[in-house]
Amino acid sequence: MAMTYLIKHGFLVDPVAGRYGEYDLIIKEGKVIAVGKDLAGEGQEVIDAHNLLVMPGLIDLHVHLREPGQEEKETIATGSRAAAKGGFTSITAMPNTIPSADNASVITFVKTKSKEEGVVRVYPVGNITKGGAGQELAELADLVEAGAVAFSDDGASILNAAVERYAFQYGKLFNKPFLLHCEDKNLTADGVMHEGTVSTKLGLKGIPALAEEVIIARDLLLAEETGAWIHLCHLSTKRSLDLFKEAKARGVQVTAEVTPHHLTLTDQEVLGYNPATKVSPPLRPLHDVEALQEALIEGTIDLIATDHAPHTREEKHQEYSLAPFGMTGLETALGVVLTKFYHTGKLSLERIVQLMSVKPAQVLKIPGGTLKEGSPADLIMVDLNIEWEVREEDFISKGKNSPFIGKKLKGRNLATMVEGKWVYKSPQAPFNGVEKKF
Amino acid sequence: MSFSRKHLLGLENLEAKEIIEILNTAVPCKDIIKREIKKLPTLRGRSVVTLFFEPSTRTRISFELAAKRLGADTVSIAVNTSSVQKGENFVDTVKTIEALGADFIVLRHSVAGSPQLLAETVNCRVINAGDGAHEHPTQALLDLFTLRERCGEIAGLNVVIVGDIMHSRVAKSNIYGLLKLGAKVTVVGPPTLLPPGIEELGVRVMTNLDAALEEANVVNVLRIQKERQQKGLFPSLREYTRLYGLTKERLAGAPQDLIIMHPGPANLGVEISEEVATDPRSVISTQVTNGVAVRMALLYLMSGGENGDDLFN
Repeated sequence: MAMTYLIKHGFLVDPVAGRYGEYDLIIKEGKVIAVGKDLAGEGQEVIDAHNLLVMPGLIDLHVHLREPGQEEKETIATGSRAAAKGGFTSITAMPNTIPSADNASVITFVKTKSKEEGVVRVYPVGNITKGGAGQELAELADLVEAGAVAFSDDGASILNAAVERYAFQYGKLFNKPFLLHCEDKNLTADGVMHEGTVSTKLGLKGIPALAEEVIIARDLLLAEETGAWIHLCHLSTKRSLDLFKEAKARGVQVTAEVTPHHLTLTDQEVLGYNPATKVSPPLRPLHDVEALQEALIEGTIDLIATDHAPHTREEKHQEYSLAPFGMTGLETALGVVLTKFYHTGKLSLERIVQLMSVKPAQVLKIPGGTLKEGSPADLIMVDLNIEWEVREEDFISKGKNSPFIGKKLKGRNLATMVEGKWVYKSPQAPFNGVEKKF
Repeated sequence: MSFSRKHLLGLENLEAKEIIEILNTAVPCKDIIKREIKKLPTLRGRSVVTLFFEPSTRTRISFELAAKRLGADTVSIAVNTSSVQKGENFVDTVKTIEALGADFIVLRHSVAGSPQLLAETVNCRVINAGDGAHEHPTQALLDLFTLRERCGEIAGLNVVIVGDIMHSRVAKSNIYGLLKLGAKVTVVGPPTLLPPGIEELGVRVMTNLDAALEEANVVNVLRIQKERQQKGLFPSLREYTRLYGLTKERLAGAPQDLIIMHPGPANLGVEISEEVATDPRSVISTQVTNGVAVRMALLYLMSGGENGDDLFN
């Protein structure tokens, strides 16, 4: 039985409820039961959130939890704790596990294991095709029945347009989005970073921006033709954005995400050959990064997702070309966004909550995104002004492959509540009250 | 002044005066090679390990001879690339080699950036003997030495580099070195073999070799790898030769005193005809000899020697 809490004097940022200011919240039986000024009550644990933001828990619709099959990289237990630390109360589990989530039993496994060992809400995503191989449709109805919230072959595109067309048509049986990783692997070939001046200097094989853009153009046309509901993962180039904007304007059912790393880092980071900078799609030049920032600020991009992709130290500590693609993001995303967008005056707190909580909940049609009365008590308490350095030894995630290691950030989550239970509390949090598995 | 770098990973970050010091030091080194007794005790008791993850005969032997002539012990390790693919870990391998007592590791590797990873991993000195499409600094140094020997001055020379610029570490290091010493550089090749953004390094980019040769003082012909054709970057070796091969006919339109270079090994009849490779204007075999001198100079300077004074003893 969860405790009853009275969270007092926090600065509530809840754009869905139209609240922005100092409010008290009462949490009971996993739900927010009252929000108001100077609330009082009996039998509650009172938490003083003075000087802290209280926000709906963040929702990340792009997370690789690696379980089953690659538990050396991450597990549901470690990944969900990393999420809780970073301020996420709901995350997806991408299907490129071993075996892949192309069948109901893997979806069921992820759900069961998350209940037993996880600390945040985990929403499994099922494959579009069997084994994510892009050849034959997976049993989509089975996946949905088992609890898949979306379909994705993330990590690759379905290169055969006929297969994708059937998937989009068949997928209309279900009210679920297709989360699309857009990349023509023939154009990528054995490329390892963005193709441009920096790849030329470093002598590393380049991945042309076109590899992303041609598939985005194709997928938008296929979605338009079939009426499918698609979500573009990790947009990274200006031309991808242009294609997305045009399609949205003519009524294609499409949303798009961008990652904190593509928003803030350029391909210059690869100078020095640090494998933590190796990611798919690759870090792009400044003009692309600036276009992404602009699109985020003007509201073209729907949401921020991390594409949290943990790898072991051994896998990343080798020659650049041999190291796997991917970087972690759950524990740095909020700090990066606050540092680069809030503290620079580019985004308001309400917009950040929209981008990292409200909109992801809407796309996945899952609870969350607000703390109005009756909502699940999924919330975080954030210190906007705390300055911290990203350090390898501080990560809870098994993956230490973050390009932000050594960078200074401002703003950090101090405590995370999921369904009325504290699942993370920083030593810097000004109260006690953590129960459950910590 | 002495050369104070711990490692030589590339020419990109060297200053002109550092390059000149290496070239100056290579002059007495070359004299030593010409002596009857070609050996000095400068590096006695030191060990130089050549660690080659890619097959190469001439670069490895050149380093070994350079080290031996300075009195060092040399060990040559050739790691089969297939065993790397089988999971032999680079970091583990190089830590082992260091633990065995290497003072220098000379590394050749197909993956760009490996020398940097090596330098971050071990405490001994690292010399890059070619990493992927990144840099091959000692090849560029020996090319610069050869040009200085031949022309006296590098500043003002028009140097054409022709061929597979995209995949060439030799081109990259040559571009850095030549530009730092004041030469003008033109890269020439089919559009599919010209890397994006190469002009930002400060070179002129052309696709017509005949036009490029008109004002050239030097042409450096790069080796063309057959596998590039297999990847569809150009239609056939035959057509490549027709457009970019250095032949007697093509030389007719070039200045009479054009200097012809090739880093070797040459595909005779493909990027360069045998006739041209053995033409009096070709310095290809001089380049090979100078490679030993330049590598001696480098090992000498990196061991703490100054100005090459005691090389004359």
